Amino acid sequence: MATMNKIRLKIDGKDVEVLEGTTLAAAIYQAGGTTFHHSVSGQPRGPLCGMGICFDCRVTLNGTPHVRSCMNLCREGMEVTTR
Amino acid sequence: MRIAVIGAGPGGLAAAATAAENGADVLLVDENPRAGGQIWRHGPMAPPPKLAMEWIRRIQAQRIETHFGVTVLGRDSNGLVAYSEQEGHVCLQCDKIILATGARELFLPFPGWTLPNVFGAGGAQALLKAGMPVEGKRIVVAGSGPLLLAVAATFAKKGAHVVGILEQAGIHSLLQFAPELIRHPAKLIQGVGFGTRLFPTRPRFGTWVCRAMGNDIVREVIATDGKREWPLPCDILACGFGLVPNVELAQALGCDVEKGKVSVDEHQATSQSGVYCVGESTGIGGEDVALLEGEIAALAALDIPNVTSKIHERWRWESFVSNLGRAFALRKEVLQLAEDTTTVCRCEDVSFGVLKNQPDQRSAKLYTRCGMGPCQGRVCGPACHELFGWELNKPRWPLSPVTLDALLDSQ
Repeated sequence: MATMNKIRLKIDGKDVEVLEGTTLAAAIYQAGGTTFHHSVSGQPRGPLCGMGICFDCRVTLNGTPHVRSCMNLCREGMEVTTR
Repeated sequence: MRIAVIGAGPGGLAAAATAAENGADVLLVDENPRAGGQIWRHGPMAPPPKLAMEWIRRIQAQRIETHFGVTVLGRDSNGLVAYSEQEGHVCLQCDKIILATGARELFLPFPGWTLPNVFGAGGAQALLKAGMPVEGKRIVVAGSGPLLLAVAATFAKKGAHVVGILEQAGIHSLLQFAPELIRHPAKLIQGVGFGTRLFPTRPRFGTWVCRAMGNDIVREVIATDGKREWPLPCDILACGFGLVPNVELAQALGCDVEKGKVSVDEHQATSQSGVYCVGESTGIGGEDVALLEGEIAALAALDIPNVTSKIHERWRWESFVSNLGRAFALRKEVLQLAEDTTTVCRCEDVSFGVLKNQPDQRSAKLYTRCGMGPCQGRVCGPACHELFGWELNKPRWPLSPVTLDALLDSQ
């Protein structure tokens, strides 16, 4: 069971506090984001499948690009960049 | 005996618990950050259902080596090769393998389906459970399958306004399914439960979304019953057209796949010696079937006899499963929603107009890059199969995008 501890991380330079067990994707929505990246032709995109299949939720995590935000849980001090 | 169980949904949990309780050394691997799979997905906003907790406790009571957030990429001489987005290369040595890779949603392209806040039905539910805020948001749930009601109920419970539930299957087609609900009353009770939570939003049958509109986020969808169209302003569209078995890993291990399902015998053994497969990847059957199959596979992998009663119980679900598929069969109109400018391959932005002149998946891949992006055709492949009748390409190693560092580590 998830405990109710708070986790602090940075999303696009903004400080965000979420409950432990929250995925990066959910944290981005909590911070008010809806566009997670842009497609190869520049269309705005966000998660479609929510379960690691579509890769439309990908973000840059601590400098590593193309990380699926719906498949990774928030950890203290993470830095996430959407594009 | 070291058994690797791939997937920690109902089928995988049942297989792992049963194998460990019978003396096997078990490795349980899942791509998701926690156990439960899709149907038992839980998170800070949603506790796991009681049945899920029972199985998770059985897993925890055993000494099982668990790897979450780990994607299996294929097999080499040392065992299964896997990858974690946060930790890199992982090697999983094992004697036997039980695949419980589950299913994903079928997405059919329609104008506007690539807009942010257009999700799969299960996709929207997964994001909600992971912590996506939905209170006060207007949601349209559309597509097909029993999942739609469950999704609408979850959103209603969390304070979202369900402004429409549009099921493409007609009421006549669905009524044929009624006798099965009487034979499996637990499913009927579940359905009635969703219904009471949703009042006054009742599902409309024989209706679907033909277009989603908005600039950088969905603002409105157009609903239709084939005769007239009407707008539904909304903040979220949750739209899925049923489920597609995840067969890629089984195919990569050389297992026979027929009609999009992993072929198994009555003991869940695949065509590859020492490889078993359970749950949705062998055909869409739901959690009850997956649990039974998980137990059967674990006992079979350990050569433990006396699984006959479980096999008989498994057969009892056969007609439920096949009639479910018939009741929610896709109407031709939902296969004709894409316009020439509608994106079909979301990874490479390949449009319907470009694809419709291609003879097959292979040629589409070579000439248009359809299916060559990060999802490796997992979204557009089944869509093209439905739209154009194309057979799916066999997946290639590595099954999922991986960094070069991790690949070099695996050598």
